[in-house]
Amino acid sequence: MIADKAQTQSNTHRAIEATFRIERARLIAGLARMVRNIDRAEELAQDALVAALAEWPRSGIPENPGAWLMTTGKRRAIDAIRQGRMRERKHAEIAQELDEASDDATRAIEAAMDDDLGDELLGLIFTACHPVLSPDARAALTLRVVGGLTTDEIARAFLSSEATIAQRIVRAKKTIAKAGLTFEVPRGLERAARLSSALEVIYLIFNEAYAATAGDDLVRPPLAMEALRLGRMLAGLTPEDAEVFGLLALMEIQASRLQARIGPDGALLTLTEQDRARWDQLLIRRGLDALARAEALAEKSGVSDGPYALQAAIAACHARARKAADTDWPRIAALYDRLRAVAPSPVVDLNRAIAHSMAFGPEAGLQLADEIADAAALRNYAPLPAARGDFLFRAGRLAEARAEFKAAAALTRNMRERAFLLSRADACDCER
Amino acid sequence: MRVMVFIKATEESEKGLAPTPEALEAFAAMDAFTEDLVKAGVFVAAAGLKPSAEGKRIAFEGARRTVIDGPFAEARELIAGFSIWEVKDMDEAIAWARRCPNPSPGRSEIEIRPFFEASDLEGFVTPEELATPRDGMRGKLGVA
Repeated sequence: MIADKAQTQSNTHRAIEATFRIERARLIAGLARMVRNIDRAEELAQDALVAALAEWPRSGIPENPGAWLMTTGKRRAIDAIRQGRMRERKHAEIAQELDEASDDATRAIEAAMDDDLGDELLGLIFTACHPVLSPDARAALTLRVVGGLTTDEIARAFLSSEATIAQRIVRAKKTIAKAGLTFEVPRGLERAARLSSALEVIYLIFNEAYAATAGDDLVRPPLAMEALRLGRMLAGLTPEDAEVFGLLALMEIQASRLQARIGPDGALLTLTEQDRARWDQLLIRRGLDALARAEALAEKSGVSDGPYALQAAIAACHARARKAADTDWPRIAALYDRLRAVAPSPVVDLNRAIAHSMAFGPEAGLQLADEIADAAALRNYAPLPAARGDFLFRAGRLAEARAEFKAAAALTRNMRERAFLLSRADACDCER
Repeated sequence: MRVMVFIKATEESEKGLAPTPEALEAFAAMDAFTEDLVKAGVFVAAAGLKPSAEGKRIAFEGARRTVIDGPFAEARELIAGFSIWEVKDMDEAIAWARRCPNPSPGRSEIEIRPFFEASDLEGFVTPEELATPRDGMRGKLGVA
């Protein structure tokens, strides 16, 4: 009997905590806009959870739990303001003033509650992704306040210590307070700039998970899913922005291969080696839909496809090929030509060389790779010798290929990638 | 984790769709709920299903197959629609399902079922099978 009761109680608590998790980001967003301080907003949200844990087991979970939590949090905020004033002044002086202030504050809450909640959440995302913060700080803060991850979870995802992440988040909050950010959604050009910063942060998080640069694990699926969730959230909040859907499409399609990228021994499999039956068709379809939407939105507003949409279009070419041999490499090569025009970078140049090698032969790849051989950004960049090794291997120049694979293996920090490159170097000997 | 959320059929839903004011209101409420799921990054896919009168069943008995025309009895055992969500855990799925508008005027039910993940199927696919890269849509895992 007692055990049953304890069980029921713990079920109720879990239900309340799950409800709170759903509301947490919006709650913090609404409270932050009111008190203009993320730390304080998080405390108030926590107070609201404590109140819910005390109240809901008796009353049941309210029909609109989000509004209940928000009202509770905002009341706490006002109470705190009142108490602060009480301490500052003599009671008699403020008695009357307090009533007036309280009326004002109540009106302010009501007005705020009428605001579009989605707009508040977007304001919080934009603030957490503000360019005054370093990219690492933006990623950590976004995962914390929007994604609701604990500092420990973030630390594990970024292979960092909890203390480092905690400190990074504290500093980010201080920077935001010092800059006097208002948690509003800006308009016009400023909005476009802030949106692109938010996209950059989400893709940084996704890539950290998808292509781990260091450590034993090549991919960290939970973090990738979190980035995907943030991307879907942003797309839900800004349904008219082409590049948001471009990024979403790119992440959906790349995430569709998460399970297939890792072989049974933990080694990374290339696109050609992956078992395509293990690609997640549901995510591919979502990705293709998002891409179609991105392209339609771009056309509607008369702009050409942005870098995320172009990368998604490339990923879509792979997703559509049921066999590796069916891949439309000439189309991919053409898309890289376009991507290079809107987002020039040595890494894009390298991938372009790979695409051209697949479309037009290893010599074409080698020629393009030679053009970028001196790029400073690609010095000590393992994928360059790895790609050159592949071109040379396919051109039958095995001794040169072997040297390139060895060089690439020496450059990578990722243990599994190193093993993969060394096995390719060994394969050059076998072929003789 | 991914879950499929089944909206169970009711006697109402088995009658089919007519744009009555009540039906339109229920439709709008469900739309608003879906919108919330999308904005939270939880929604993956969903569809409503026509009444079982338009469905067929294929019964297997040994080598024999028999096609049975709908409608089928026991409305509460039938499915009127489904939704696929990406959630952190079952608690979150329940919390979302609780706020789904009642799909029918009276008593109705929603059922949440977690997907098998690749890791659940280890006994069915040998490491050797996984080690052998192959092309084509084998679909053996059946993991959506």
